[in-house]
Amino acid sequence: MSEPIVTQDLVQSADEHAGSAHPTAADKPRGLWGDTWDILKRRKIFWISLVMLVLFLLMTAFPTLFTDKDPNYADLARSMEGPSEGALFGIDLQGRDVFARTIYGARTSIIVGTMATLATVVLGGITGVLAAYYARWTDILISRVGEMFLGLPYVLGAIIILGTIAPAQSNPSEFMIMTVVIIVLAVLGWPILMRIARSAVIQAKHQDYVQAARALGAGPLRIIFKHLLPNSLAPILVYATITIGSFIGAEATLSLLGIGLRPPVISWGIAIADHAQYIRTGAHALFFPAAFLSACVLTFVMLGEAVRDALDPKLR
Amino acid sequence: MTEVLSAPSGGGTHGGALLEVEDLHVEFRTRAGVAKAVNGVTYRVDAGETLAVLGESGSGKSVTAQTIMGILDMPPGKVTGGQIRFRGVDLLKMPDDQRRKIRGEGISMVFQDALSALNPVFPVGWQIAEMFRMHRGTSRSEAKKKAVELMDRVRIPAARDRANDYPHQFSGGMRQRIMIAMAIALDPEILIADEPTTALDVTVQAQIMGLLAELQRDSNMGLILITHDLGVVADVADKIAVMYGGRIVEEAPVHDLYRRPAHPYSKGLLESIPRVDLKGHELYAIKGMPPNLLDMPSGCAFHPRCPYRRDNCVTDVPALYPIDGARGSACHYWREVLDGDSR
Repeated sequence: MSEPIVTQDLVQSADEHAGSAHPTAADKPRGLWGDTWDILKRRKIFWISLVMLVLFLLMTAFPTLFTDKDPNYADLARSMEGPSEGALFGIDLQGRDVFARTIYGARTSIIVGTMATLATVVLGGITGVLAAYYARWTDILISRVGEMFLGLPYVLGAIIILGTIAPAQSNPSEFMIMTVVIIVLAVLGWPILMRIARSAVIQAKHQDYVQAARALGAGPLRIIFKHLLPNSLAPILVYATITIGSFIGAEATLSLLGIGLRPPVISWGIAIADHAQYIRTGAHALFFPAAFLSACVLTFVMLGEAVRDALDPKLR
Repeated sequence: MTEVLSAPSGGGTHGGALLEVEDLHVEFRTRAGVAKAVNGVTYRVDAGETLAVLGESGSGKSVTAQTIMGILDMPPGKVTGGQIRFRGVDLLKMPDDQRRKIRGEGISMVFQDALSALNPVFPVGWQIAEMFRMHRGTSRSEAKKKAVELMDRVRIPAARDRANDYPHQFSGGMRQRIMIAMAIALDPEILIADEPTTALDVTVQAQIMGLLAELQRDSNMGLILITHDLGVVADVADKIAVMYGGRIVEEAPVHDLYRRPAHPYSKGLLESIPRVDLKGHELYAIKGMPPNLLDMPSGCAFHPRCPYRRDNCVTDVPALYPIDGARGSACHYWREVLDGDSR
């Protein structure tokens, strides 16, 4: 809209219609995302969750901004010491600083949670839309394959895949083990999202506006991207935000079993797993990583909810 | 604005009418059996002409329209015979991508319930603008400008401000105007309006019909008006095709049909319109039920409900007998109906 010609046109049309000399906001072409943003920026919950998200992302990118302690420095003599001036969150079982480890743990937990969710949404979303839109054989094929994965017990599936690719004795790199965990979570998690996307799209598909769009000349891609997807976004988004949290939790479960992330990787999941049995003697080592995990999940859920509300024109 | 409004010349050089439906057969294959929804419908519409297709639910009027548009769900729907010629070319034999180009630009459609026919998550101006962006590749701001012009043209007050509103923020009549604006955005030569006023209250119905008639006059479109409401079409239509059980049972210029129906079904419909001078009398209703499409009556589909029934009605399917050249009736005893008294 920065081209001078267009601006002139806008001024002209403004003259024609309202007799005013300046183009008004009404001339600006707006769409789904523009309006969604207009709503979002007026919501308190959105800003709160955004600030928290930025904090977590800063922790992920620059943990040294928050602590200058080495998260791997261990002094066994101080094992399970409570919070003190020198160690804000106390000392963990291995004599390491809980605050430093919680800050450094944000990186793996958030990366694993968001990337696994992203992979799940992409995989489940695409397959769900395809199944719903093309129906018949495509649907049968995708649905049955999805059910095969769904039938696989989560932990069992993870043990088999992780045990094969990255056995407990091996010593994979940090990047490698994170990638594998992300893939495992996505591979085992996509069928649920596929089903959600599929049912949302099937519901949207039978609406009159899809038929009307076809009658007015829209092709399959336009129907999928302009009609089916925007109208199916809400349930997918809600599920995705919850999934981020549950994936961070799942990562912790896998770590507890010794097949997920493992030291020297630092993550909230590992911290929780390591200290779960010391809840009565040294709750601080469990409490702080768990609190950060909850706050992080809450952030994503609130953000997702705010975006979902803003996307629904009827709630405006 | 004038170039937007300019009328397509219509007709063309192929000799026939702009849109010709010939002997169209459509059926639905369901688990319960084969439902024959359209059984040999033939009609034609020319530029500047209004054809009203009249019939009750299940008479095949909407299915015919959906088949013309190519938006019938197949399966379960299936076209088993006939032709739909637009500018002389059979649409049913056309490849999908070519046919898609005709939708919206050549033949366009207005749906019954504009609330559900408009995408709820986009502003209406955006949706109208999308027509230009989709078919013509117009720039965003230019398309938006044209969308506002169209909203003005269908008389939406304060069009420029309201273009950013969402479908649910409009009243029923206004929504239908927006739907009409979308449908006429690209100056189609044929506009199909499928029960455009059914979801509206009576005063708004008249306004929308007036708008459609006016737009049609301005741009010389062919208009196919699908309705079950005889009252709606009287002032607007040139000719009427009455459908029953997937067939056209009577076709006539609108005033001929109103004055002297030539098929017992049309006659029954006319008599079941409430009239002020018959206030206090019991309102006439056609007896019986609409035919079951899975199990059509033998012979004339209307025979179980027909007061003029004779023995051969049960066995022989009546052809559309021509009457005075311009009209036709699919009744063996059309003469009797035409000359007969009320009831």
